[in-house]
Amino acid sequence: MFSDIVLYARYLAVSMRGQMQYRASLVMQSIANLLGSGIEFIGIWALFSRFGTLRGWALCEVGLFYGVVNVSFAIADALMGGFDLLASTIRSGEFDRVLVRPRSVTLQVAAREVQLRRAGSFLQGLVVLLWSAWALQVEWTVARLALLTVTVAAGACFFSGLFMLQATMAFWTIESLEVMNTLTYGGRDTAQYPLSIYQRWFRRFFTFAVPVACVGYYPVLVIAGRPDPLGAPAILGWLTPWAGIAFLLVCLRVFGFGVRHYRSTGS
Amino acid sequence: MAVPQIVVENLAKSFLVPERHPGLWGALRGVVRRRHRRVEALKGVSFAIEPGELVGYIGPNGAGKSTTIKILAGILVPDSGRCEVMGRAPWVRRIENAAEIGVVFGQRTQLWWDLPAIESFDLLAAIYRVPKRDHIASRDELVEWLDLAPLLDTPVRQLSLGQRMRCDIAAALLHRPALLYLDEPTIGLDAVAKLAVRQFIRRINDERGTTVILTTHDMDDIEALTRRVLLIGEGRLLYDGTLAGLRAKVTRERRLILDLANGAEEPRDPDAEIVGREGKRIHLRFDPDRIAAPELIARITAKCPVRDLFVENPPIEEIIAELYEGNAL
Amino acid sequence: MRPYLAIVSARFRMLLQYRAAAWAGVATQGFWGLIRVMVFDAFYRSSSATQPMTLDQTVSYIWLGQATIGLLIFSVDADVRDMVRTGTVAYELARPVDLFSLWYWRSVASRAAPTLLRCMPIMVLAIALRGLGPPASVASGFAWVLSQVAALMLSAAVMTLATISLLWTVSGEGISRLLPMVAWLSTGIVIPLPLFPDWAQPILNSLPFAGMLDTPARVYMGHIDAGHASLAIARQLAWTLALVWLGRLLIARGTRRLVVQGG
Repeated sequence: MFSDIVLYARYLAVSMRGQMQYRASLVMQSIANLLGSGIEFIGIWALFSRFGTLRGWALCEVGLFYGVVNVSFAIADALMGGFDLLASTIRSGEFDRVLVRPRSVTLQVAAREVQLRRAGSFLQGLVVLLWSAWALQVEWTVARLALLTVTVAAGACFFSGLFMLQATMAFWTIESLEVMNTLTYGGRDTAQYPLSIYQRWFRRFFTFAVPVACVGYYPVLVIAGRPDPLGAPAILGWLTPWAGIAFLLVCLRVFGFGVRHYRSTGS
Repeated sequence: MAVPQIVVENLAKSFLVPERHPGLWGALRGVVRRRHRRVEALKGVSFAIEPGELVGYIGPNGAGKSTTIKILAGILVPDSGRCEVMGRAPWVRRIENAAEIGVVFGQRTQLWWDLPAIESFDLLAAIYRVPKRDHIASRDELVEWLDLAPLLDTPVRQLSLGQRMRCDIAAALLHRPALLYLDEPTIGLDAVAKLAVRQFIRRINDERGTTVILTTHDMDDIEALTRRVLLIGEGRLLYDGTLAGLRAKVTRERRLILDLANGAEEPRDPDAEIVGREGKRIHLRFDPDRIAAPELIARITAKCPVRDLFVENPPIEEIIAELYEGNAL
Repeated sequence: MRPYLAIVSARFRMLLQYRAAAWAGVATQGFWGLIRVMVFDAFYRSSSATQPMTLDQTVSYIWLGQATIGLLIFSVDADVRDMVRTGTVAYELARPVDLFSLWYWRSVASRAAPTLLRCMPIMVLAIALRGLGPPASVASGFAWVLSQVAALMLSAAVMTLATISLLWTVSGEGISRLLPMVAWLSTGIVIPLPLFPDWAQPILNSLPFAGMLDTPARVYMGHIDAGHASLAIARQLAWTLALVWLGRLLIARGTRRLVVQGG
């Protein structure tokens, strides 16, 4: 296990050094990434300036949801970037090389690449998060800070699992991974707004089927010190992040299933 | 009593290949429904390989060579049959098997594109969990044998094909595997590079005792390196033995090539048949059991002035094609 | 004309091979549209002030955007990018067709193919969900089709310009990365343009990108009534011609530069 972590770190170092070689391009891409993800919040701000409120939620409250989810997503996006490449790895035949090495397939795929430019969207999420926390005058207790950390970590696990699921599809079809974007990017976009604004079936879906609310809505309510308009008890916010981690474990299983399929069909 | 290192018994594998319909209308239909066709890549292949052998695995494209190698490497799971590499089924105990094999895929490098070769080697040592001292010893040995010292600090993307192939071969052997699978290692290389690779393969087989399975289309590789040849065609093993034996199996013929002197006519002889002509060069075919080469040469040169001549075996590709078509076994 | 038709047909066939991708695209856009509609619905219910567009109009706008999103993706032609990177773009220059037209019609094809494939199913889906209503009038509907075609031409021109910029920056970075952000926002796909703050309206309407989605959507809903529609379509076409002219200028400069540098 330990040697796996060491190897992962080495892979990341290699990938980072490879990208640092093109420094100017990296900076450009990071800025573009930052702006691109920032556009979403610009849109939200524009709407707030026109409508004033979102079902009782203020801009800084929405900002907190937005910030936490975006930061989690960006971390997962950066660390699990290798899964994006899985489809092309399979197509080029390089996946065979992964199978010929005496290490875990999951590790090799995940570690293949880290996208430094995604730091742009991480920064953007962090800025919005910090601003919202300040504007809301959140009371930072040790417990709340711990919850924030766990939530972000669990969120990163959760989105990592989604990326894994999306990549696993590449074992069956050449090109339909796009539909999973509804869950990855769609899940993020949904969780940017408080869950209470959505209709019931939508809320249910994103709480139980694709539990993004477990790593966004409920814990953030606790951190912000706001009661849930839907009436759920506050204790939920302390417990639900663990669902994100459990979700990742399930996705790991599914990925293993995909690898088995590849090995019996050859491509 | 040596235990075979590789045992393959009745190995079978088939694939489902989607069918494509031509044209625009066909493509639209394909959106709604897709049909598949079953292709049998291996139809019951059996052989055994002892430790330290250097075996050539040849056959036409699509015959099943890559499929066999993939099964031996643990990449593919066969449909049926038995396969044991060093006592393990490679697809069942993938990681254990992988630690003891080295694989070189001719057209795909395993090195990191942006890194100098030496850093790829270091990373591989970490992947294969080779202790530092062992890694340095093995690496230095390979660098010396393959003459890689001037290349080590160059990013791999800047190396020529021949240089990259040598680095790839070294990379596959860093962890001192007992087995080496080479899939088309000399493809695209110039003559000098090919020679270097062949010399190295012989050396690694001699000095480290590494078992080598070589898949190739290049018959010169086979003739130069291997004593034993496995010929596969359409999923079946058509021949398992020496190269000379393969030749003899199909044909007992030899070739006599003459460079005619100026003004000479084409030679005619009851025991020899003309099979080709390039300007003044005539290719003749004869059966050495019917007529000994010296006798034939004497007869022909008596009637026909000749500037130069040589006797050789028929090209191996022809033998294989004949064998494969006629299924002379 | 034949070579261009062949290009369009070949592109269509290539894209149709990925059948799962076709259905997936419909599902993706459908889901996306749903999320956006729900968010806007929540916003509208939060305030009783009158807005430049009613909720129904906004919802229609969103669905039209999802249906025609294929026209709005700002990506350079991947084939050309690879060609410039490896230097094989020289082969493109050697072909006996006008380079700008080649790239332009290829853009048209790569925009039109996925859009046509998804447009109908998404609109059907949107109508079934009672999100998208019928056009404001028969005349509006007819004008919408014309405006949509103009949007396709305009969008292809924009994308071709982005592709041409590759002749300057090999990796497609820099300008061609930042500009799409601004352009994306100015098409109205993120927020319908009429809902932007009032001070931003004149700026947004003066950009060419408004013609890619905002104009046809507003024509459909009668926001721009049938009488004024011809003016709006004329603006779309004017922008298209301007960008085409600019593209031809730049491509001549760019190829000369490549040839001088030796590729």
